Order: sequence, then C-alpha cells, then structure tokens
Amino acid sequence: MNQFIRDNVEKSEFLVHRSVFTDREILARERAEIFNKCWLFLGHETEISELGDYRRKKVGGRNLLFVRSQDGEIRALFNTCPHRGALVCRENEGNSRVFRCFYHAWSFKNDGELVGMPGKDGFPEDFNNDGTKNMKAVNRVENYRGFVFVNFDENAISLDEYLGNAKEYIDLVVDQSEYGLEALGGIQEYSVRANWKLLAENSVDLYHGMPTHKTYFDIKQDQDPNLKRVQLEGEGVELDNGHGVIEYVAPWGRPVAQWTPIWDEELKNDMEEMKVKLAERFGEERADRIANYNRNIVIFPNLVINDIMAVTARTFYPTSPGYIEVSGYSLAPKGENEAHRMARNNNFLEFLGPAGFATPDDNEALELCQEAYNNNEEVEWNDISKGMVRGEGNALATDEVQMRNFWRQYNARIQASLNKEKEVAQK
Amino acid sequence: MTVKTITRQDVVDFLYTEAKILDEWRLKEWAALFTDDGTYKIPPIGDPEASATKSLFYAHDNRDRLQERAERLLKKEAHVEYPHSTTVHNYNNILVSNLDSDVITVECNFTIHRTKREVMDTFIGKHTYELVEQDDEIKIKSKKVVLHLDSLRPHGKISLIL
Ligand code: FES
Ligand SMILES: [Fe+2]
Repeated sequence: MNQFIRDNVEKSEFLVHRSVFTDREILARERAEIFNKCWLFLGHETEISELGDYRRKKVGGRNLLFVRSQDGEIRALFNTCPHRGALVCRENEGNSRVFRCFYHAWSFKNDGELVGMPGKDGFPEDFNNDGTKNMKAVNRVENYRGFVFVNFDENAISLDEYLGNAKEYIDLVVDQSEYGLEALGGIQEYSVRANWKLLAENSVDLYHGMPTHKTYFDIKQDQDPNLKRVQLEGEGVELDNGHGVIEYVAPWGRPVAQWTPIWDEELKNDMEEMKVKLAERFGEERADRIANYNRNIVIFPNLVINDIMAVTARTFYPTSPGYIEVSGYSLAPKGENEAHRMARNNNFLEFLGPAGFATPDDNEALELCQEAYNNNEEVEWNDISKGMVRGEGNALATDEVQMRNFWRQYNARIQASLNKEKEVAQK
Repeated sequence: MTVKTITRQDVVDFLYTEAKILDEWRLKEWAALFTDDGTYKIPPIGDPEASATKSLFYAHDNRDRLQERAERLLKKEAHVEYPHSTTVHNYNNILVSNLDSDVITVECNFTIHRTKREVMDTFIGKHTYELVEQDDEIKIKSKKVVLHLDSLRPHGKISLIL
C-alpha cells in the first residue's frame, strides 16, 4: 500500500512522503491523473491581442500554438503536422494567417484548416472532407478574466467551476486595473533543478520569507526605515479543488496604491488618486484590500499568481522528478503611465525573476531540498503541520494550511488512480 | 576638454581587469568601476532593444541598485551564492570604437562558466560598454549584457554578475 500523506488532525501532524519528489513512476501517474485532467494555464489573452498573433507554448508536456485565429477565436493548436508529424511552426511568436510545415509544404489557416498541399492530384477528391488532416486543436480552452487555460480531458468540469472560490482572489488582482491587465514582453523562461510540487509549496509559503529573503528585506529597510514596523500579518486560506492563498499586509510599496518613500512625491499624488478611484468603484474596504494587501495564489496544480510588489504569474511543468521548466510573466494594468510602470517594473526586478534579489534564493532552497532527498530511504517524511494546532479557519499567512490543502487534493487524485488499479487487479 | 590618451590596449586591459575582479568576487570593487550615473542592464532574451516599461528585463540597475546587487551577493544570506560558486569570465572579439571621443563604445563576446555543487552552467552573449575617462581612470557609464541563449535553461538563474 502506497501512502503518500499522513494527515493526523488529533496530533496536529501532517506529513508528506518524500518519494513523491523523486520517484519516476509517481511522475508518470501525475502526468496521467493531474496534468492530463486539470485545467492548465496556457497564457494571458493579451499575449495575442491582434488577429493572427501566435506564440509557441509548452503546456502539460505538449507543444501548443496559442493563437488568435482570423475569426477572432483564441485557440490552442497542437503544433504537429497531421501529415507526418513535424513541428509546423518554428518561430516562438509572430503574426501569420497561415502556418506552413516545411517538410512537404502543407499549409494551414491559423484556425488549423488544411488549405494547401503540393501534388494534390496524388490524393483522393474528398481528401480531408472529414477534417482529420487539419491541425488538431485542444477541445477545451477557457478564459477567466484574461487568464486562458486548457484541459486535455474532454469530460473535465468547466474552468469556472474548477476555479471555484479562487476566483474571488483572481478578481482582486484583476480589479486593480480599470482596463484589465496585460502581459509584458519578455516572458522569463527558466528552470529549477527540483520537483514541481516544491515550487507550488514555496509560492504560498510565507514562513520562509524572512530567513530566505533577509538580504532583500535588508535592502528595503535601508531604503525605508518605517518598514521595520510592518509584520507579515495575514491569513492562509484553503480554497476549492486544491487551490490555496495567503493574503497579508504588504511590507513593501505596492504599485497599485501603496506609496513608499523611495518613490517620487509625484507618484504619491498619482497613487492617492488611484486609491480614490478604486474606492469609488469598489468601496473603501475592497479598495484597501486591493491596494494594500498581498496575495499569493496557487491554482492547482501548477499556476501561481503572486500579487505582491508587482504581479507575476508563473507556470511550471516537470520534465523529470528533479527538473522543472518555469515560465514567469509580469502582469500590469493596461495604460499605466510610464513613471508608474517603471516603479512597478523596478519593484518586480528587485525581488522577482531569475536575476532578482530573492527568487534565486528560493530556487536554491528548492534545489537543496531536492538534493537532500537522496536520503529518502532513511529519512522519509516532510512535515507540513505548521498552524494545525490553531484549528480550522484560524491559520496565519505564515502557517501551512494552504499547502496541506494542495497535498490533500494531490493525494485524493493519486490514491483514486491507485485504488482503481487495485480493483482491476483483484477482478 | 582633456586630451584623450586612452589606447585600445588600455581598454582591453580594463575589460580583463573587470573580468578578473568578478572571478575573484571583489564585487565592491566592481561597483566602484562605474560612474555615479552608471547603469547595468540585462534585457530580455531575444529582445536586446526592448523598452523597460513594455518588457521585463532580468536586470535594470541604476548606480544604487548595482551597488546593492554587488553587496547582496557578498552576504552569507545571499543563499544562492553561499558558498560562492566558481566562475570564469572570458571576453573575446573585443571591438573598440570612438576611442577619441568622450564616450568610448566597446563590444565583446563573452563566455562565462559558473560551477557549483558539481553542476556547470555556461552563459554566452555579448557585452556592450560605454566607457568614459574620469580622474585619469576608465569608468563604466553603462554595461549591457545581451544573452545569446534560447532561455535560462538549465541555468535557472543569474546569481552572479555577468
Ligand atoms: S510532415 Fe508536414 S507536410 Fe509532411
Ligand atoms: Fe521566497
């Protein structure tokens, strides 16, 4: 019997078995039960804002083309030629009405329809009347407030239902802008030599904030001595379907409407105006929550939206138990003025990204965990019980309830598949 | 106007000295190579002319921030570089232009190896410098690092000064 978590509420102990980070068979099961069945983030709709815009994406182990076809529809085409399989589109991004496979020169409209092939007389009259020679599209593509997801399971519940009460938090992020958010250019494609679930955990782990990112806080406190008064206060919340969030008071400037002395006075006026506008739209309380609180959201299994000193969305996919490919996005209000945007981007770069003053230390932490799982045979369990003693609904942002919720969902999916296999074996 | 006395050899020596300072992790000395308005930038991969308001840079430092970058990496709590990795900065194909004007432009290819915990990563690309003469010394007014990589994989991070 494989037991991956030990969930002992009475003893306030929650354990995760370390084999889930290193075992190849488990990764294969995760592919089948999680990445082939859950909603996965494909990209932000503003990455392809014009008709014909496209970007190559790797999602759930597939090569996809994220495209806005000539009919205005957003599609995810499998980037493989129906003829003999070659990758059809080789550019990372661009704008095109047609994609042409170079191997035998079949060409396709940007909705996938086959429109040209040399030597047509070698094929029957009714060739492709059934559409099987078109580039195949992912059937389930859904959009929530600009975040576009795919699901490879045709029977999956809707994205709306899947996101459930996590939508409340996505709304708080998106509502900071009157005109919606846009993805900046320069998506950061990097990697971490660690298991994918460690990054999901780390993204909603405020407990590590101080020890791991001390150098960042040192710099911030030099810039603004008042920062010392701010504690990482807030709550951790378990959401539907394994999603989770931490929401806490921002200990840094937020380029929504929380000014900091390192920014120009001019920006201060601008931000105060923004806050007034937010209050007009949403009332004081919600305006305050949007402007002055941070949110780190994990959408099960592998999308993280951090609304912190800037807004970043990250998605990551394992190529082996100990290696992930991460794509990091920066999202910002459309039409933000230049000075504001610069303040936001500086904020982003100072903490986030592979050359920031914090993210590389996170990656180092995950890589050290992964490396030390060489000791799995003898040292078997991770502890994720912080805050359990406080009881249901009382978790602090620095507790680990949001991670336990991730693991419970993870375990439910994996165990269901193990049980099904056992039943089949017993018959 | 001062009479320009900097030679191509001076510029080359200056670059090699910078590389050596970086390999020896003498990062405060590195920061001191910059003018008071000096900048250090790493634009997004594949888009070296990107605008910093429309695209996400890896680094976009003014003089203060490059100082912070240097000092941070010397702390024990900069965990990613504790203990420090071993690096080798190689500069090649050095092209010096505008030797006799106020701002000297230099381009060079670089190959930078970083090794830590028995894993080696190699960064390749092109540096562009703007150099000026100040108090009889060469100073960096700007340094732009253009990575010639497809992505930051498998490197995953830029935790050294490129
Ligand atoms: S494989 Fe694409 S045209 Fe033959
Ligand atoms: Fe972190």
